[in-house]
Amino acid sequence: MALRGNLRDFTITQLLNLVNLAQKTGTLVVDGPSEQAFVSFREGKLAYARVGHDDGSLAAVLHKANKLTVNQYRAIVERAGKISDKELGLLLINAGYLSQEEILLNLQGYFTEIIRRLFTWVEGFFRFEGEMLPPDDRINVRLDLENIIIEGARQLREWEQLQDEIPSLDMALKFTDRPLKNVSLNVEEWRVVSYINPKNTMKQIAQTNKMNDLEIRRIVYGLLQAGLVEVIRPEGMVIPMSPKTFPTQNKEEQKSLVNRLIGRIRSL
Amino acid sequence: MQTVKMVVTGPFSAGKTEFIQSVSEIDVVSTERKISSAAERSVKESTTVAMDFGRITVDEDLVLYLFGTPGQKRFDFMWEILSEGMLGFIVMVDSTRPETFREARSILETFRAYAPTPYVVAANKQDREDAWDLEDMRHALRLESKVKFLPCVATDKDTVKSVLLELLYSILAEMESGG
Repeated sequence: MALRGNLRDFTITQLLNLVNLAQKTGTLVVDGPSEQAFVSFREGKLAYARVGHDDGSLAAVLHKANKLTVNQYRAIVERAGKISDKELGLLLINAGYLSQEEILLNLQGYFTEIIRRLFTWVEGFFRFEGEMLPPDDRINVRLDLENIIIEGARQLREWEQLQDEIPSLDMALKFTDRPLKNVSLNVEEWRVVSYINPKNTMKQIAQTNKMNDLEIRRIVYGLLQAGLVEVIRPEGMVIPMSPKTFPTQNKEEQKSLVNRLIGRIRSL
Repeated sequence: MQTVKMVVTGPFSAGKTEFIQSVSEIDVVSTERKISSAAERSVKESTTVAMDFGRITVDEDLVLYLFGTPGQKRFDFMWEILSEGMLGFIVMVDSTRPETFREARSILETFRAYAPTPYVVAANKQDREDAWDLEDMRHALRLESKVKFLPCVATDKDTVKSVLLELLYSILAEMESGG
Protein backbone atom coordinates (compact mmCIF):
# COMPACT_ATOMS: atom_id res chain seq x y z
CA MET A 1 0.00 0.00 0.00
CA ALA A 2 1.23 3.49 -0.87
CA LEU A 3 2.89 5.35 1.93
CA ARG A 4 0.83 8.51 1.98
CA GLY A 5 -1.27 10.37 4.49
CA ASN A 6 -1.85 13.38 6.66
CA LEU A 7 0.74 14.95 8.98
CA ARG A 8 -1.93 15.21 11.65
CA ASP A 9 -2.02 11.42 11.85
CA PHE A 10 1.61 10.69 11.11
CA THR A 11 4.30 13.18 12.12
CA ILE A 12 7.54 13.92 10.31
CA THR A 13 9.43 12.25 13.16
CA GLN A 14 7.38 9.08 12.76
CA LEU A 15 7.98 9.15 9.01
CA LEU A 16 11.73 9.49 9.46
CA ASN A 17 11.67 6.66 11.93
CA LEU A 18 9.88 4.46 9.44
CA VAL A 19 12.32 5.34 6.64
CA ASN A 20 15.21 4.63 9.00
CA LEU A 21 13.91 1.26 10.23
CA ALA A 22 12.81 0.06 6.81
CA GLN A 23 16.02 1.41 5.23
CA LYS A 24 13.96 2.94 2.48
CA THR A 25 15.20 4.51 -0.73
CA GLY A 26 13.12 7.17 -2.43
CA THR A 27 11.76 10.64 -1.87
CA LEU A 28 9.34 11.87 0.72
CA VAL A 29 7.19 14.63 -0.76
CA VAL A 30 5.48 16.82 1.82
CA ASP A 31 2.85 19.39 0.95
CA GLY A 32 3.05 21.77 3.87
CA PRO A 33 0.98 24.79 4.80
CA SER A 34 2.51 27.04 2.12
CA GLU A 35 5.25 25.14 0.36
CA GLN A 36 6.36 21.73 -0.79
CA ALA A 37 9.39 19.81 0.40
CA PHE A 38 11.32 16.92 -1.14
CA VAL A 39 13.48 14.79 1.11
CA SER A 40 15.41 11.95 -0.49
CA PHE A 41 16.85 8.87 1.19
CA ARG A 42 19.15 6.06 0.19
CA GLU A 43 18.89 2.88 2.25
CA GLY A 44 17.39 4.75 5.18
CA LYS A 45 19.94 7.56 5.20
CA LEU A 46 19.26 11.17 4.34
CA ALA A 47 20.67 11.93 0.89
CA TYR A 48 19.21 15.21 -0.23
CA ALA A 49 16.53 17.79 0.66
CA ARG A 50 14.89 20.73 -0.98
CA VAL A 51 12.05 22.98 0.16
CA GLY A 52 9.83 25.50 -1.59
CA HIS A 53 11.58 27.79 -4.03
CA ASP A 54 14.92 27.62 -2.23
CA ASP A 55 17.70 27.27 -4.81
CA GLY A 56 19.49 24.57 -2.85
CA SER A 57 22.38 24.51 -5.31
CA LEU A 58 25.87 23.94 -3.92
CA ALA A 59 26.81 27.55 -4.73
CA ALA A 60 23.76 28.87 -2.86
CA VAL A 61 24.40 26.59 0.12
CA LEU A 62 28.05 27.63 0.36
CA HIS A 63 27.12 31.28 -0.03
CA LYS A 64 24.55 30.97 2.77
CA ALA A 65 27.22 29.39 4.97
CA ASN A 66 29.60 32.28 4.20
CA LYS A 67 31.98 29.99 2.37
CA LEU A 68 31.53 31.99 -0.82
CA THR A 69 31.35 35.78 -1.00
CA VAL A 70 28.52 37.53 -2.84
CA ASN A 71 30.85 38.26 -5.75
CA GLN A 72 32.07 34.67 -5.93
CA TYR A 73 28.49 33.41 -5.82
CA ARG A 74 27.42 35.82 -8.57
CA ALA A 75 30.40 34.86 -10.71
CA ILE A 76 29.54 31.17 -10.41
CA VAL A 77 25.88 31.75 -11.23
CA GLU A 78 26.69 33.99 -14.22
CA ARG A 79 29.70 32.25 -15.71
CA ALA A 80 29.15 28.68 -14.75
CA GLY A 81 25.39 28.53 -15.02
CA LYS A 82 25.30 25.08 -16.54
CA ILE A 83 27.91 23.44 -14.38
CA SER A 84 26.51 20.73 -12.10
CA ASP A 85 27.01 20.76 -8.34
CA LYS A 86 29.31 17.76 -8.60
CA GLU A 87 31.50 19.54 -11.15
CA LEU A 88 31.52 22.73 -9.07
CA GLY A 89 32.49 20.75 -5.99
CA LEU A 90 35.40 19.15 -7.84
CA LEU A 91 36.55 22.54 -9.12
CA LEU A 92 36.51 24.01 -5.61
CA ILE A 93 38.39 21.01 -4.18
CA ASN A 94 40.98 20.98 -7.00
CA ALA A 95 41.51 24.71 -6.59
CA GLY A 96 42.22 24.05 -2.90
CA TYR A 97 39.45 26.43 -1.96
CA LEU A 98 37.43 23.93 0.08
CA SER A 99 37.94 20.35 1.16
CA GLN A 100 35.53 17.56 0.31
CA GLU A 101 34.71 17.28 4.01
CA GLU A 102 33.80 20.97 4.23
CA ILE A 103 31.49 20.71 1.24
CA LEU A 104 29.73 17.65 2.66
CA LEU A 105 29.40 19.21 6.11
CA ASN A 106 27.80 22.32 4.67
CA LEU A 107 25.37 20.30 2.62
CA GLN A 108 24.51 18.12 5.64
CA GLY A 109 23.88 21.26 7.68
CA TYR A 110 21.63 22.67 4.97
CA PHE A 111 19.62 19.46 4.57
CA THR A 112 19.28 19.04 8.34
CA GLU A 113 18.00 22.60 8.56
CA ILE A 114 15.28 21.73 6.04
CA ILE A 115 14.24 18.74 8.15
CA ARG A 116 14.10 21.01 11.22
CA ARG A 117 11.73 23.24 9.27
CA LEU A 118 9.59 20.23 8.45
CA PHE A 119 9.29 19.39 12.15
CA THR A 120 7.24 22.57 12.54
CA TRP A 121 4.76 21.42 9.92
CA VAL A 122 1.84 19.86 11.71
CA GLU A 123 -0.64 20.18 8.87
CA GLY A 124 -0.26 18.88 5.36
CA PHE A 125 -0.05 15.76 3.29
CA PHE A 126 2.84 13.45 2.53
CA ARG A 127 3.63 10.69 0.12
CA PHE A 128 6.69 8.52 -0.30
CA GLU A 129 7.82 8.01 -3.89
CA GLY A 130 10.03 4.95 -4.03
CA GLU A 131 10.91 5.59 -7.65
CA MET A 132 11.90 9.21 -7.19
CA LEU A 133 15.62 9.55 -6.55
CA PRO A 134 17.54 12.76 -5.81
CA PRO A 135 18.57 14.78 -8.89
CA ASP A 136 21.71 13.40 -10.55
CA ASP A 137 23.43 16.75 -10.80
CA ARG A 138 23.22 17.41 -7.06
CA ILE A 139 25.65 16.12 -4.45
CA ASN A 140 24.12 13.55 -2.14
CA VAL A 141 25.14 12.95 1.45
CA ARG A 142 24.75 9.87 3.63
CA LEU A 143 23.45 11.10 6.95
CA ASP A 144 22.20 8.80 9.71
CA LEU A 145 18.69 9.69 10.78
CA GLU A 146 18.89 8.74 14.46
CA ASN A 147 20.08 12.10 15.77
CA ILE A 148 17.62 13.96 13.59
CA ILE A 149 14.80 11.75 14.88
CA ILE A 150 15.78 12.40 18.49
CA GLU A 151 15.80 16.13 17.81
CA GLY A 152 12.43 15.84 16.10
CA ALA A 153 10.93 13.96 19.03
CA ARG A 154 12.23 16.65 21.37
CA GLN A 155 10.67 19.33 19.18
CA LEU A 156 7.40 17.41 19.07
CA ARG A 157 7.30 17.33 22.86
CA GLU A 158 7.95 21.07 22.88
CA TRP A 159 5.17 21.53 20.37
CA GLU A 160 2.73 19.54 22.50
CA GLN A 161 3.69 21.47 25.62
CA LEU A 162 3.35 24.80 23.86
CA GLN A 163 -0.03 23.78 22.52
CA ASP A 164 -1.11 23.01 26.08
CA GLU A 165 0.11 26.40 27.22
CA ILE A 166 -1.41 28.33 24.34
CA PRO A 167 -4.24 26.21 22.95
CA SER A 168 -5.85 28.86 20.75
CA LEU A 169 -4.10 31.31 18.46
CA ASP A 170 -7.43 33.08 17.93
CA MET A 171 -6.89 34.92 21.19
CA ALA A 172 -5.11 38.28 21.43
CA LEU A 173 -2.37 39.58 23.70
CA LYS A 174 -2.07 42.64 25.84
CA PHE A 175 0.81 44.01 27.82
CA THR A 176 0.64 43.61 31.55
CA ASP A 177 1.45 46.54 33.80
CA ARG A 178 5.07 45.45 33.94
CA PRO A 179 7.08 47.92 31.82
CA LEU A 180 9.23 46.70 28.97
CA LYS A 181 12.35 48.12 30.60
CA ASN A 182 15.68 46.36 30.79
CA VAL A 183 14.22 43.44 28.90
CA SER A 184 16.44 42.05 26.22
CA LEU A 185 14.42 40.67 23.37
CA ASN A 186 15.75 39.21 20.16
CA VAL A 187 14.71 40.39 16.71
CA GLU A 188 11.94 37.81 16.37
CA GLU A 189 10.51 38.71 19.77
CA TRP A 190 10.53 42.40 18.92
CA ARG A 191 8.70 41.65 15.69
CA VAL A 192 5.94 39.98 17.71
CA VAL A 193 5.95 42.63 20.44
CA SER A 194 5.52 45.38 17.86
CA TYR A 195 2.18 43.91 16.82
CA ILE A 196 0.81 43.23 20.29
CA ASN A 197 -2.50 44.95 20.49
CA PRO A 198 -5.83 43.74 21.91
CA LYS A 199 -7.22 43.84 18.37
CA ASN A 200 -4.64 41.48 16.84
CA THR A 201 -5.00 37.76 17.31
CA MET A 202 -1.85 35.67 17.70
CA LYS A 203 -2.72 34.05 14.38
CA GLN A 204 -2.70 37.46 12.67
CA ILE A 205 0.61 38.40 14.31
CA ALA A 206 2.11 35.12 13.10
CA GLN A 207 0.83 35.63 9.57
CA THR A 208 2.14 39.19 9.41
CA ASN A 209 5.55 38.05 10.61
CA LYS A 210 5.54 34.94 8.41
CA MET A 211 5.90 32.70 11.45
CA ASN A 212 4.49 29.24 11.80
CA ASP A 213 2.36 28.08 14.74
CA LEU A 214 5.33 26.70 16.65
CA GLU A 215 7.41 29.85 16.26
CA ILE A 216 4.66 32.22 17.42
CA ARG A 217 3.76 29.95 20.34
CA ARG A 218 7.39 29.71 21.39
CA ILE A 219 7.77 33.49 21.48
CA VAL A 220 4.43 34.15 23.16
CA TYR A 221 5.21 31.49 25.75
CA GLY A 222 8.45 33.29 26.62
CA LEU A 223 6.63 36.60 26.94
CA LEU A 224 3.92 34.99 29.08
CA GLN A 225 6.47 33.34 31.35
CA ALA A 226 8.26 36.65 31.79
CA GLY A 227 4.92 38.17 32.82
CA LEU A 228 5.11 40.76 30.05
CA VAL A 229 1.86 39.86 28.31
CA GLU A 230 -1.41 38.16 29.01
CA VAL A 231 -3.86 36.34 26.77
CA ILE A 232 -7.17 38.09 26.19
CA ARG A 233 -10.15 37.77 23.92
CA PRO A 234 -9.58 40.01 20.89
CA GLU A 235 -11.16 43.42 21.16
CA GLY A 236 -14.09 43.87 18.82
CA MET A 237 -14.37 40.14 18.26
CA VAL A 238 -17.94 39.29 18.98
CA ILE A 239 -18.48 35.68 19.85
CA PRO A 240 -22.24 35.57 19.95
CA MET A 241 -23.72 34.12 23.08
CA SER A 242 -25.36 30.91 22.03
CA PRO A 243 -29.10 31.36 21.69
CA LYS A 244 -29.35 28.17 23.70
CA THR A 245 -27.75 29.82 26.74
CA PHE A 246 -30.98 31.33 28.00
CA PRO A 247 -34.43 30.01 27.24
CA THR A 248 -35.55 33.62 26.78
CA GLN A 249 -33.98 36.53 24.90
CA ASN A 250 -35.57 39.16 27.14
CA LYS A 251 -32.82 40.72 29.29
CA GLU A 252 -35.03 41.28 32.32
CA GLU A 253 -36.32 37.73 32.19
CA GLN A 254 -32.74 36.50 31.93
CA LYS A 255 -31.78 38.45 35.07
CA SER A 256 -34.80 37.12 36.87
CA LEU A 257 -33.80 33.61 35.86
CA VAL A 258 -30.28 34.05 37.27
CA ASN A 259 -31.73 35.47 40.51
CA ARG A 260 -33.99 32.43 40.80
CA LEU A 261 -30.95 30.20 40.35
CA ILE A 262 -29.11 32.11 43.08
CA GLY A 263 -32.07 31.75 45.41
CA ARG A 264 -32.27 28.04 44.76
CA ILE A 265 -28.56 27.36 45.25
CA ARG A 266 -28.60 29.31 48.52
CA SER A 267 -31.45 27.16 49.77
CA LEU A 268 -29.74 23.87 49.02
CA MET B 1 -39.98 23.68 31.35
CA GLN B 2 -36.96 25.95 30.91
CA THR B 3 -33.45 24.57 31.25
CA VAL B 4 -30.05 26.19 31.62
CA LYS B 5 -26.66 24.58 32.01
CA MET B 6 -23.27 25.09 33.57
CA VAL B 7 -20.13 23.16 32.78
CA VAL B 8 -17.67 21.80 35.33
CA THR B 9 -14.31 21.16 33.76
CA GLY B 10 -10.73 20.53 34.81
CA PRO B 11 -7.95 17.97 34.53
CA PHE B 12 -8.26 14.26 35.18
CA SER B 13 -9.15 13.51 38.82
CA ALA B 14 -9.70 17.16 39.76
CA GLY B 15 -12.99 16.28 41.49
CA LYS B 16 -15.56 17.25 38.88
CA THR B 17 -17.82 14.26 39.38
CA GLU B 18 -17.79 14.66 43.18
CA PHE B 19 -18.52 18.37 42.81
CA ILE B 20 -21.66 17.67 40.80
CA GLN B 21 -22.68 14.81 43.07
CA SER B 22 -22.59 17.12 46.10
CA VAL B 23 -25.41 19.31 44.85
CA SER B 24 -27.29 17.27 42.31
CA GLU B 25 -30.75 16.17 43.37
CA ILE B 26 -30.50 13.09 41.20
CA ASP B 27 -27.77 10.52 41.24
CA VAL B 28 -25.26 11.85 38.80
CA VAL B 29 -25.71 10.21 35.44
CA SER B 30 -22.10 9.33 35.07
CA THR B 31 -20.42 7.65 32.17
CA GLU B 32 -17.46 6.36 34.11
CA ARG B 33 -15.26 3.57 32.91
CA LYS B 34 -12.51 1.56 34.51
CA ILE B 35 -9.17 3.17 33.81
CA SER B 36 -6.95 1.18 31.53
CA SER B 37 -3.71 3.17 31.92
CA ALA B 38 -1.64 2.03 34.88
CA ALA B 39 -0.37 5.56 35.57
CA GLU B 40 -3.88 6.97 35.69
CA ARG B 41 -5.18 3.99 37.65
CA SER B 42 -2.74 4.86 40.42
CA VAL B 43 -4.69 8.11 40.86
CA LYS B 44 -8.19 6.68 40.71
CA GLU B 45 -10.04 3.59 39.58
CA SER B 46 -12.56 4.98 37.12
CA THR B 47 -12.92 8.12 35.07
CA THR B 48 -15.51 10.04 33.11
CA VAL B 49 -15.28 9.30 29.40
CA ALA B 50 -18.18 11.33 28.04
CA MET B 51 -19.80 13.49 30.67
CA ASP B 52 -21.39 13.67 34.08
CA PHE B 53 -24.83 15.00 34.32
CA GLY B 54 -26.42 16.48 37.44
CA ARG B 55 -29.69 18.33 37.97
CA ILE B 56 -30.99 21.01 40.30
CA THR B 57 -34.67 21.86 39.98
CA VAL B 58 -35.12 25.57 40.68
CA ASP B 59 -38.89 25.70 40.48
CA GLU B 60 -41.63 24.18 38.41
CA ASP B 61 -40.48 26.12 35.34
CA LEU B 62 -36.72 26.03 35.60
CA VAL B 63 -34.04 23.36 35.86
CA LEU B 64 -30.28 23.82 36.08
CA TYR B 65 -28.14 21.08 34.56
CA LEU B 66 -24.53 20.60 35.55
CA PHE B 67 -22.31 18.91 33.01
CA GLY B 68 -18.92 17.54 33.93
CA THR B 69 -16.42 17.16 31.14
CA PRO B 70 -14.07 14.23 30.75
CA GLY B 71 -10.73 15.33 32.14
CA GLN B 72 -8.44 13.34 29.92
CA LYS B 73 -7.03 15.19 26.95
CA ARG B 74 -7.95 12.42 24.54
CA PHE B 75 -11.63 13.19 25.09
CA ASP B 76 -11.29 16.91 24.46
CA PHE B 77 -13.45 16.64 21.34
CA MET B 78 -16.36 16.54 23.83
CA TRP B 79 -15.48 19.87 25.40
CA GLU B 80 -16.75 22.13 22.66
CA ILE B 81 -19.96 20.13 22.35
CA LEU B 82 -20.60 20.38 26.08
CA SER B 83 -19.75 24.09 26.21
CA GLU B 84 -22.42 24.98 23.64
CA GLY B 85 -25.03 27.16 25.32
CA MET B 86 -23.52 27.13 28.81
CA LEU B 87 -24.31 29.97 31.23
CA GLY B 88 -20.81 29.79 32.61
CA PHE B 89 -18.15 27.31 33.58
CA ILE B 90 -16.14 26.17 36.58
CA VAL B 91 -12.56 25.00 36.26
CA MET B 92 -11.69 22.53 39.02
CA VAL B 93 -8.07 22.19 40.03
CA ASP B 94 -6.69 19.61 42.44
CA SER B 95 -4.73 21.68 45.00
CA THR B 96 -2.59 18.69 45.91
CA ARG B 97 -1.41 17.85 42.40
CA PRO B 98 0.75 20.65 41.03
CA GLU B 99 1.61 18.47 38.06
CA THR B 100 -1.92 19.11 36.78
CA PHE B 101 -1.80 22.92 37.06
CA ARG B 102 -0.44 23.41 33.59
CA GLU B 103 -3.18 21.26 32.12
CA ALA B 104 -5.79 23.16 34.15
CA ARG B 105 -4.50 26.41 32.68
CA SER B 106 -4.65 24.93 29.22
CA ILE B 107 -8.25 23.76 29.75
CA LEU B 108 -9.18 27.20 31.06
CA GLU B 109 -7.70 28.89 28.00
CA THR B 110 -9.46 26.43 25.71
CA PHE B 111 -12.85 27.09 27.30
CA ARG B 112 -12.27 30.85 27.29
CA ALA B 113 -11.81 30.62 23.55
CA TYR B 114 -15.05 28.65 23.08
CA ALA B 115 -17.49 31.12 24.57
CA PRO B 116 -17.58 34.59 26.15
CA THR B 117 -19.21 33.28 29.29
CA PRO B 118 -18.15 34.03 32.87
CA TYR B 119 -16.13 31.47 34.77
CA VAL B 120 -14.61 30.79 38.16
CA VAL B 121 -11.72 28.59 39.16
CA ALA B 122 -12.13 26.26 42.15
CA ALA B 123 -9.14 24.98 44.12
CA ASN B 124 -10.36 21.56 45.19
CA LYS B 125 -9.10 19.44 48.10
CA GLN B 126 -8.23 22.50 50.17
CA ASP B 127 -8.92 20.41 53.28
CA ARG B 128 -5.85 18.28 52.61
CA GLU B 129 -2.60 18.90 54.40
CA ASP B 130 -0.58 18.86 51.21
CA ALA B 131 -2.86 21.36 49.43
CA TRP B 132 -1.12 24.34 47.93
CA ASP B 133 -1.98 27.81 49.23
CA LEU B 134 -4.41 29.72 47.08
CA GLU B 135 -1.98 32.57 46.43
CA ASP B 136 0.73 30.19 45.27
CA MET B 137 -1.76 28.40 43.08
CA ARG B 138 -2.97 31.66 41.59
CA HIS B 139 0.60 32.45 40.51
CA ALA B 140 1.20 28.94 39.21
CA LEU B 141 -2.04 29.02 37.25
CA ARG B 142 -1.24 32.57 36.04
CA LEU B 143 -4.69 33.79 37.04
CA GLU B 144 -5.25 37.52 36.90
CA SER B 145 -6.33 39.10 40.17
CA LYS B 146 -9.81 39.76 38.81
CA VAL B 147 -10.46 36.07 38.16
CA LYS B 148 -12.46 34.52 41.01
CA PHE B 149 -10.34 31.78 42.52
CA LEU B 150 -12.17 29.93 45.27
CA PRO B 151 -11.25 27.32 47.86
CA CYS B 152 -13.33 24.20 47.56
CA VAL B 153 -13.84 20.70 48.85
CA ALA B 154 -15.88 18.90 46.22
CA THR B 155 -17.47 16.57 48.77
CA ASP B 156 -18.56 19.46 50.99
CA LYS B 157 -21.90 20.84 49.83
CA ASP B 158 -21.34 24.28 51.36
CA THR B 159 -18.13 25.01 49.50
CA VAL B 160 -19.66 23.67 46.28
CA LYS B 161 -22.63 26.01 46.81
CA SER B 162 -20.23 28.93 47.31
CA VAL B 163 -18.48 28.19 44.03
CA LEU B 164 -21.78 27.95 42.14
CA LEU B 165 -23.04 31.15 43.76
CA GLU B 166 -19.86 33.06 42.87
CA LEU B 167 -20.27 31.98 39.28
CA LEU B 168 -23.91 33.10 39.28
CA TYR B 169 -22.91 36.46 40.81
CA SER B 170 -20.39 36.90 37.98
CA ILE B 171 -23.05 36.06 35.41
CA LEU B 172 -25.42 38.57 36.98
CA ALA B 173 -22.70 41.25 37.18
CA GLU B 174 -21.88 40.78 33.55
CA MET B 175 -25.52 41.07 32.57
CA GLU B 176 -25.88 44.24 34.60
CA SER B 177 -22.80 45.74 33.02
CA GLY B 178 -24.42 45.09 29.64
CA GLY B 179 -22.11 42.21 28.71
